Amino acid sequence: MRGTSFSRFGNELHSGKRSYPFVAKRNLWFLIAGIAVLVSIIIPVVKGGFNLGIDFRGGSEFTVSDTQNTEVGVGEEAVTDVVPDAVPRVTNIAPETMRIQTEQLTDDQTLEVRDNLISAYGVGEDQVTSSFVGPTWGEDVSRQALIGLVVFILLAAVLMTIYFRTWKMSVAAMTALVVVMIVTAGLYSLSNFEVTPSAIIGFLTILSYALYDTVVVFDKIRENTEDLDLSTKRTFAEQVNLAVNQTLVRSINTSVVAVLPVASILFIGALLLGAGTLRDLSLALFIGIILGTLGTIFIAAPMYAFLRINEPEMKKQEKKVRNRRLQEAEAGSSETSALTAHGSTAHGATSRG
Amino acid sequence: MPRTAPGTAAKRTLVWLGVLLALLATLLGAGSYWSNASWSPRLALDLEGGTQMILAPRAQGGGEITPEQLDQAVEIIRQRVDGSGVAEAEISTQSGQNVIVSLPGTPDAETRELIQASAQMEFRPVLFGGPGQAPAAETPTPEDQLPAPTAEPTNASDPNWITPEIFQEFEATNCLDPAALEPPEEPAPADQPMVACEPDSQGKYILGPVEVPGTDIDSASYGLQTGSQGQSLNSWAVNIDFNDEGTRTFREVTERLFAIDQGDPRNQFAIVLDGRIVSAPTTNAVIPDGNPSISGNFTEESAAALAEQLKYGALPISFEIQSEQQISATLGADQLRLGLIAGLIGLVLVAVYSLFQYRLLGLVTIASLVVAGLLTYLAICILGWTENYRLSLAGVAGLIVAIGQTADSFIVYFERIRDELRDGRGMISAVENGWRRAKRTVLASKAVNLLAALVLYFVAVGNVRGFAFTLGLTAIADLIVVFLFTHPVLRLLARTKFFGEGHAWSGLDPKRLGVTPLYRGAGRIRKPADTLPVPARARNKAAAGEAERRLTIAERRIAEQQKAMAGRGRNPENEESK
Repeated sequence: MRGTSFSRFGNELHSGKRSYPFVAKRNLWFLIAGIAVLVSIIIPVVKGGFNLGIDFRGGSEFTVSDTQNTEVGVGEEAVTDVVPDAVPRVTNIAPETMRIQTEQLTDDQTLEVRDNLISAYGVGEDQVTSSFVGPTWGEDVSRQALIGLVVFILLAAVLMTIYFRTWKMSVAAMTALVVVMIVTAGLYSLSNFEVTPSAIIGFLTILSYALYDTVVVFDKIRENTEDLDLSTKRTFAEQVNLAVNQTLVRSINTSVVAVLPVASILFIGALLLGAGTLRDLSLALFIGIILGTLGTIFIAAPMYAFLRINEPEMKKQEKKVRNRRLQEAEAGSSETSALTAHGSTAHGATSRG
Repeated sequence: MPRTAPGTAAKRTLVWLGVLLALLATLLGAGSYWSNASWSPRLALDLEGGTQMILAPRAQGGGEITPEQLDQAVEIIRQRVDGSGVAEAEISTQSGQNVIVSLPGTPDAETRELIQASAQMEFRPVLFGGPGQAPAAETPTPEDQLPAPTAEPTNASDPNWITPEIFQEFEATNCLDPAALEPPEEPAPADQPMVACEPDSQGKYILGPVEVPGTDIDSASYGLQTGSQGQSLNSWAVNIDFNDEGTRTFREVTERLFAIDQGDPRNQFAIVLDGRIVSAPTTNAVIPDGNPSISGNFTEESAAALAEQLKYGALPISFEIQSEQQISATLGADQLRLGLIAGLIGLVLVAVYSLFQYRLLGLVTIASLVVAGLLTYLAICILGWTENYRLSLAGVAGLIVAIGQTADSFIVYFERIRDELRDGRGMISAVENGWRRAKRTVLASKAVNLLAALVLYFVAVGNVRGFAFTLGLTAIADLIVVFLFTHPVLRLLARTKFFGEGHAWSGLDPKRLGVTPLYRGAGRIRKPADTLPVPARARNKAAAGEAERRLTIAERRIAEQQKAMAGRGRNPENEESK
C-alpha cells in the first residue's frame, strides 16, 4: 500500500535513516540554480523581451463569446470596415470565444466595431464585451508591482531577522526567493504566454508562497540547531540537512495541496475560459509554487548552512563532533558505530536500510 | 495552558468559536433585516457585468497632484455621476493615483464625457437673487412684466445682462430638485450670464459673465478671522491668495461691487464650481492686494471645505481614461460559475489528498477548511455591507489559492504530532507538544502571508487589490480556525479510543509511524521482543537519541518521568494530568 510506504518514508526521514544530501551537495544545487538564472535572463533577451499583453501596449480589445463561427477573417473585416488602416489581431482564445485586439479606437469607432462583430459572428449583444487600455496603464501596474516587490522583500527580511534572530536566515531566504522569481519569469517568457496584470498578480503571490514555505522549514532548522553547542551528535550542516529531511514530507504534502487548487484553476481557465485573469494568474502560480518549494529545499537551507559553517564556533563544534566519532570508531562498539554511520548519512549521499 | 483538563479547555474554545460564528451571522442577519446587507457577497464588475473605468487625473500644466486634490476630484466626479442619474455608480481612488469609476451597464457618450471633463471654477458677479423654489407653475411673471435689457451691458454687473429668456429660466429653476444640481453637460459660456443654485443656502441666482477664472487662485487657506487690530476673533474665515492677474481683476471687481448698496444682491459675487455656487459672499471692502478673506457663518469644517474647493479651483484636473472594461452580465456570470467550479474541484482534490495522506485525520482538515470557508464567507458578506467590498474574479482566485495555504497550517500541525509520536510520546502529550511547536511555525509563516497581502493591498492597482484582500482575509480566517477549531478538535479526538490508541485508519497509527510505543494499554509495557528487527531497532534508537537531544530541559524531565511512570504501567489519563 502506498500510504504505508509513504509514511515509512516519512519515518525514515524523521529518524535520519533515510537522508538526502541537500546541504552536502550544495555546490551542485547552486551551480544548477546559477545556470537556471542565467538561462532565464538570456531567454527574454534573445526573444526580444516578454510577450506583453494589451495592458502594456495599449489599445482596444473585444471578446466575442458563444459564437459558432471562429473564423479570423470575419473579425478582421469587422474592424477594417470601420478603421481601414487598422491591423487587428484576431485570435480564437478558447472554444467558441474570439478575441479581437486593435489599436486604440474612439468611442464611436468602438460602438461601430461592436455592432459589426455582433452581426458578423451572429451573437447577441450580451456576448460582445469591449475594453480599452491606455498605453500607460501597464506601466502603472508594473511600477506599482515593483514597488510592492521591493517593500515586501525589505519588510520580510526585517521580519525574518527579528523572528529568527539571525540575518543569515534572511539573506538565505531572500537569495532563494530572487532565484525563484527570476526562473519563474524565464519560464513564463519561454511559455510565450502574454504578460498581463493578472500574471503579475500571480507573480507577486509567489513571493508570499515561497517565503512562507521557507519560514516553515527554517523554523525546523532553528529548532534543530538551537543548542548545538551542547551536543556533539551532529555538525551544524548535518543538523540543517536533518531539518530539511524531517520537513520533506510536509514540503511535499504542502506543495501538492497548494498546487492542486491552482492546477484546477489553470485547467478550467485555460480550457474553458481561454486567456484571462484565471489562466494567467494560475500559470504564474503553478510554476512559482513548485519552484518555491524546490528553492527552499535546494537553495535557502543549503545557503544558510553555507553562511554559518565558517563561523569559529561552528568550526569548533564540528571538530568536537569529528573527534567524538573518531573515538567511538576506535572504541569499536558495534551499536554505537552503527549509530554514527547513520548520523553521518545525513551528510553523505547514501541511505541504509 | 490548563494542563489539568485540556478536554474541558478544548470544549470551551470550541464554544468560543461557535459564539464568534453566531455573532458574525447575527450581525449579518441584523444587517440584512434592518439595513441593506445581503447573505451573498457583493460582486465586482467583472462578475456582475458593467463598465469599469480607471481614470488618471491630469493637472492642467502638468503639475503633481496631491492626495487632497485627488479626493476633491473624486468628490466632483461623484457629484457629476450621481447627478447624471446613473444609479449604483461607485467611485474610489486607488493608491493615491487613480480614480476608479464602476457603473452598471454601458454608459452613454454623455456620461463618459462628463466623467472626463475638468471641473471649472469661476468668479461671477451676482445680478439677481431669490429663494430656491420655482414659483408655482400658474404664476410665472407675465411676459410684459419681464425685465428687458434697455442697453448693451457695460460691465459684468450690469442688470442689462438679464434678458427675458434668462429670467424665465431663472423662474423655472427649482433648486430644491436634485436634477437642478446636475452639472451642465457643457460649461456655461464664460462671456454669458447663467442661472445657478447655491445648494447650501438653497438660493438661486442670475450671474453675470466670468470675471476671474479659478486658475487665477494661487492658493487658499482657512483660519480664525483677525480683527482690525490684528487680534484673533472667534469666527472662521477662508483666505484666498490670487496671482498677479487675479489680484488686478479682483481689485477692479471689488471696486465696482463695493460701490453697490450692501442690500442689493449685485453687491455679491459667486464662486461657481462645476455650475454650482459654492459660496456667494457680499463685498465689504475693495481688495487691492489680491488677498480677500471670506467670512460668515463658517464652522471649522465648512471653512476647511471651502478652502479645499478653492484650492481645487486653482488647479483644474481633467481625467484620462487609462483602461475601460465593459463586461456583459452573462459573461460575468459565466466567469463566476467557472471560478466556483474550479474552486470546488480544487477543494475536492485537496480533500481526497488529505484523506489519502492522513486517513481519517484528513476529515479534520476538511472540517477545518469548511469552518475557514464559513468564516471567510461571512466576513466577505459583512465587508460587502459595511465597507462596500466587492468580490472580483481575482478575489475568487485568491480564495481558491488560499485553500492550499490554509490546509498547510493543518499539515504543519499534523506532521508535528507525528514527529512527537515517532519520538515515542503518548497521543495526548503528542498533540499538546506538537501544538506547542507547530503554533510558532504557523504564526511566523502566516505573518509572512499577511505581510505580503498588506503590501500588495496598499501598493497595488486594479485587480491586484481584490486578490490581496482575499489572501489576507483567508490568512486571518486560517489563524482563527487553527487556534479555535483544529487544535481543540484534535485535543478532544486524542481522548477518543479511535485516535487516542492510534487506530490504523486514524492517520496517527504509531506502528505505521515506525514507533513501538512506550505504553500499549492494559498495563502491558514494551518488552524487548516487541521491538522491530535489527535495522529498525537501530533506527529507533537513533530516533530516540535525536528526540532526546531536541528536548528542552523541562521536556526532558517530563519525558523521564513519563518513562518512569510507564514502567509502573499507569494509564494515559495519569500521563496527561502530570
